[in-house]
Amino acid sequence: MFSKPAMRAKIGVLVGLVVVAAALWMFQGLGSGRRDFILGLRWEKLTALILIGTSVAVATVLFQTVSRNRILTPSIMGFDALYLLIQTLAVAALGVAGFAMLAVGPKFLIETALMAVLALGLFGALLGRGGGTADDIARTILTGVVLGILFRAGSSLIGRLLDPNAYATVQAISFANFGRPNAALIGWGAALSLPAIAIALWLGPRLDVLGLGRDRAVTLGLNYRAMVMGTLALTAVLVAVSTALVGPVAFLGLIVAGLTHGLFPAARHRLRLLAAALIACLLLVLGQWVFERILGQQAVLSVVIEFVGGVLFLVLLLRGRIR
Amino acid sequence: MRDGRIRLLAGLVLAGLAVASLAVGAANVSVRDPQAWLVLTVSRVPRTLAAMLAGAALAVAGVVMQQIARNKFVEPSTTGAPEAAALGLIGITLIAPEAPIWVKMLAASVTALLGVTLFLQIIRRLPPKEVFLVPLAGLILAGILGAAVTWIGWGTDLLQYISIWLLTGEFSGVIAGRYELLWVAGLAAAIAWFAADRFSILGLGTESATALGLRPQAVMRLGLVVVAVVTAMVVSSVGMIPFVGLVVPNIVSRMLGDNLRRTLGPTAMGGAILVLGSDLVGRLVIHPYEVPAGTVLGVVGAALFLMLLWRRPRRVQ
Repeated sequence: MFSKPAMRAKIGVLVGLVVVAAALWMFQGLGSGRRDFILGLRWEKLTALILIGTSVAVATVLFQTVSRNRILTPSIMGFDALYLLIQTLAVAALGVAGFAMLAVGPKFLIETALMAVLALGLFGALLGRGGGTADDIARTILTGVVLGILFRAGSSLIGRLLDPNAYATVQAISFANFGRPNAALIGWGAALSLPAIAIALWLGPRLDVLGLGRDRAVTLGLNYRAMVMGTLALTAVLVAVSTALVGPVAFLGLIVAGLTHGLFPAARHRLRLLAAALIACLLLVLGQWVFERILGQQAVLSVVIEFVGGVLFLVLLLRGRIR
Repeated sequence: MRDGRIRLLAGLVLAGLAVASLAVGAANVSVRDPQAWLVLTVSRVPRTLAAMLAGAALAVAGVVMQQIARNKFVEPSTTGAPEAAALGLIGITLIAPEAPIWVKMLAASVTALLGVTLFLQIIRRLPPKEVFLVPLAGLILAGILGAAVTWIGWGTDLLQYISIWLLTGEFSGVIAGRYELLWVAGLAAAIAWFAADRFSILGLGTESATALGLRPQAVMRLGLVVVAVVTAMVVSSVGMIPFVGLVVPNIVSRMLGDNLRRTLGPTAMGGAILVLGSDLVGRLVIHPYEVPAGTVLGVVGAALFLMLLWRRPRRVQ
């Protein structure tokens, strides 16, 4: 898997950078008093950021392989918004008090299961059609984007229909904030996302075959349909974890996947997944450190990612990278 | 004569909605009540007019935008124009907080114009003949400009102020004296009506238009100004109302064809019906509380957009 020494060196450098970023995050500007308290708080955020970064990175790589497209990410296709809608429906069904009372874990598991089922139905149908011409791909993407808008508008409408408290709850989960990840869910998120990532790594060689396209994959003996559905299910679970922890992050995956492709061209999937996860962690930890400690703007990182990622997406579109 | 019947029907529906809109609201209006007249003149009539004006102007702006971009799937809110207008409003609020209202409107219109021009520059560079890429690029541009707006808003503590413009078009704040700028949007739409034939020809493409004796650049500039002014006025007085300019023109052109001289009137009526209807629904579903018309339209409009995307008439290959 690490056949080329150059790639091994790059991975080594990335690991080193992530360690440095994590160390900066943990130990920079540590005052003299109440060290354990501060360290505990920072450790919690660090694990959350790493969990989010890894989940988003793996989800994006998997999704790009299934859709055989370099500019698609789950969030662009409305996965995050779908999870948001499910959460809103949960608030509607249980009421704000019920939503707050229900144990975090089971609620999260139910929402994630629902998300996986819906994502399979919706995006399996949308992507399973094959998508022949460029026009068709563009229409598929546009459909995903508009579905995202529809889901968002739907959760906003449901929130309005309930009562001001419910609306405030819906608003709070609708916007990403890396400065305040949902700490209660870190354990549950890890319990779901780590096995999903392990399965993705185990499936690595099959993902390589999947990336060759339907005809060649079938010729090589891959159960194409099952593989597509399985990969989409993994993607849905990972997106659910990251959205539950921090909220929707539209373009993080695109930036990560773009950088991975630039730094590790034509890499096999196991390597690509690893590299993408490292790059995502580095971006998030370093970015959050810069914005929170240096610039004093705790909540701005997600907006900056949105801005940069959007520009990147436009550039890719203009260069005709839609295929 | 199908034309006439559609017009008549649209007129009747609009009149019915307008009457309903005068009667529906948190306060009960009865004929004998001396307060009723006040409620009507200060709140209900302005609100009804505002919804009709905004809807009609947005629908017309949508048609104009579609002629300029030569693409059926664009409208002001899929070009980044509202976000650009909001940028202008923030800019002027930061530079000159005390500026009179017309200066603010001018700033919003200018930045909206810049936004739409940027959009046109971008789509000109897209690979040709890919119809669905154009709205996609526009939506992403809108996202980028929106992120810039939020970014500046965080830095300057103006975020709440901004969200009023950007999030959802809402008519509950409309009272006499607070919506009159929408007449400017209506005026801009009326100008488009006078130039309807030119926009029809512009939709044929620059070369055909030139061959038919039109100066395409001049018509295009006029169209851009119309779109920018309508967007800026709507965004700054009631907030953005999505999808009206996309859904209504598509439905109307499916029924009546592409001759703008014939279709602009029904399009304007359709926009007014859609927005006024959404506002009414929003007023009724959780009466006496309200749901913003923009939220209702976000759901209805996105669903209709998806249907339009997938139910195009198939051409013979």
